[in-house]
Amino acid sequence: MTETSPQKPIPVTVLTGYLGAGKTTLLNRILSENHGRKYAVIVNEFGEIGIDNDLIVESDEEIYEMNNGCVCCTVRGDLIRVVEGLMRRPGRFDAIIVETTGLADPVPVAQTFFMDDDVRAKTELDAVVALVDAKHLPLRLKDSREAEDQIAFADVVLLNKTDLVTPEELERIEATVRVINPSARIYRTQRSDIDLAKVLDQGAFNLERALENDPHFLDQDDHEHDHTCGPDCGHDHHHHHHDHDHHHHDHDHDHDHDHHHHHHDAPSPIHDVTVQSISLRGGEMNPDRFFPWIQKITQTDGPNILRLKGIIAFAGDAERYVVQGVHMIIEGDHQRAWKEGEKRESRLVFIGRDLDREKLERTFKACEAQPN
Amino acid sequence: MPTVAPLDLEGHVVGVAFLKGVPFFAEATGAIHRLDLGHKTTEVHEGLLSLVVDEANDTLLTGGEDGKVMRTAADGTTSLVAEAPRKWIAQVAAGPQGAVAYAYGKTTHVRLADGTTKEFTEERTVEGLAFAPKGLRVGAARYNGVSLHWVGTSGQPIDLDWKGAHTGVTFSPDGRFLVTTMQENALHGWKLDAKPGAEARHMRMTGYPAKVKSLSWSAKGKWLASSGASAAIVWPFQGKDGPMGKAPLELGTRADIMVTSVCCHPAEDIVAIGYQDGMILGARFADSKEVLLRRPGKGAITAMAWNKDGRQLAFGSAEGDCGVVDIAG
Repeated sequence: MTETSPQKPIPVTVLTGYLGAGKTTLLNRILSENHGRKYAVIVNEFGEIGIDNDLIVESDEEIYEMNNGCVCCTVRGDLIRVVEGLMRRPGRFDAIIVETTGLADPVPVAQTFFMDDDVRAKTELDAVVALVDAKHLPLRLKDSREAEDQIAFADVVLLNKTDLVTPEELERIEATVRVINPSARIYRTQRSDIDLAKVLDQGAFNLERALENDPHFLDQDDHEHDHTCGPDCGHDHHHHHHDHDHHHHDHDHDHDHDHHHHHHDAPSPIHDVTVQSISLRGGEMNPDRFFPWIQKITQTDGPNILRLKGIIAFAGDAERYVVQGVHMIIEGDHQRAWKEGEKRESRLVFIGRDLDREKLERTFKACEAQPN
Repeated sequence: MPTVAPLDLEGHVVGVAFLKGVPFFAEATGAIHRLDLGHKTTEVHEGLLSLVVDEANDTLLTGGEDGKVMRTAADGTTSLVAEAPRKWIAQVAAGPQGAVAYAYGKTTHVRLADGTTKEFTEERTVEGLAFAPKGLRVGAARYNGVSLHWVGTSGQPIDLDWKGAHTGVTFSPDGRFLVTTMQENALHGWKLDAKPGAEARHMRMTGYPAKVKSLSWSAKGKWLASSGASAAIVWPFQGKDGPMGKAPLELGTRADIMVTSVCCHPAEDIVAIGYQDGMILGARFADSKEVLLRRPGKGAITAMAWNKDGRQLAFGSAEGDCGVVDIAG
């Protein structure tokens, strides 16, 4: 027995997505792949499609609001219990996968891994993976906030069932996903067929890794600023510009009998999207201004912030500082030394609702260190 | 000097107990070990989640990941009490008159001695179960409070409401108080003989740096000991209003080492205090005097139990290093 050696935290992957988007198919791909890893799977209910695994736990969604007066501080009580039970016999599995219901709110699931001390001590949220049914996304976005929240909150989005839509539709769907979440990695798939290295072991909430391997980080939606793409930025900006011609609503619903007419000349690129992302960019920051600012922003606007991520250059600091947050929870740490020739700038992206872009830009700028 | 007879098991110990003077150790794997003229083992569950002693007939009741509720007797023989395939039975409770309660999901199931069963369904998941010491009454802890059900009658339950997630429940031995552990670092108590709505009905016990996972009533229910801090926090319950307006005792304080398990002596005002590092201290309420019962071990103390005459203390840990302390040496 090696019980005296400290246990490495068990990675947890969360699968979200509407019923029929392909979660169980992906899950079975993960479980059946010959990778030698053993998984504990937590499902909401045993579905019609069987899951081929030794260790499956059924768990009823049980949302706790924390008694601290903060409406967005929610965790999943059922996950706390199940994870505690699983971790009493840690030898049985190497990683945990949580499959949520189609309507599940991903935020309490993720926050459980930050706000509950016992869960946090033994596990580590690796990534939130959202499956999107390419055919039905426009309808889902019309129906509900959950579909949008799941995309907005994800680290990886699988745009699934691409064989059921035309290439043009697919472009528009991907653009929609990109508008909702500019920092997620998006993959187009059929029958949830994906290289599992793109889904598992992402370290998306790991401050050391989260922003390092994120080619899209902050490169979207900031065309109002004069920015230059990094060398690893290979995506196409054009379909995100506000003046782009967006008619996807017509296309997707032209079989509808009585669809409403929208103003197609409106600046909003995509209909039915209420999530916005705001990318901030600045020079070197004064830590004595930045920390009180980010604390205040997350306190006051926390309920409206789904995710935030950033890399901060502090004046006189040889190392990059990385921050990430979920609602009011924020954590940050030094990551690594700035490389030679690397532009020492500060970047921060907020994904959320009802955020005041002008205020965020202005107050972020005010945290910059004054040149000597 | 206290002496320790060790028993080295492999995994997390969920519960320990004495049945007819024999120490029992229940592992999370589902194996139940006993020291009865040698080390004997019974495989009871495919994964064991919960354990209580049924004092009335000196047996263990356990719930498992295998959906079973099992009874284990002092000689190691087992019998199936109930089964719910594929459900995790994380809550079991032993009641008067041979009643057994267990819960999964939102429903409490009570099985009476004559084999009849009753079900009580809450709006939220049942997270803790306990029988009142007198009368056939079961309390189910759930989100935003506790529901009290009279098992024998079909009357409406009494809802004890307090905002937040209640994860465990215990009645005082005299039945006057009910206390819950909460998801936040606090206990909440209700004075059951107070008039509904009276201000004195609620007792908030806060200030813990960690979640409280272990509670133990002292002899005759005069004190309630708790884990969740770097000392055992012991609340006075002698007065008619319980601990309201009174400070708790803090016993066995250690710098930065959390108390993970507490177990009050069956007769004396003494508590055994188990710590994160596996150490166990005995502490006396009257003068806070401490005695070392066990040096630090491999893992956090997860469970302790005294034998009936209070001379032996069985303990188990998160890493499987167990044993029996003989306090007389």
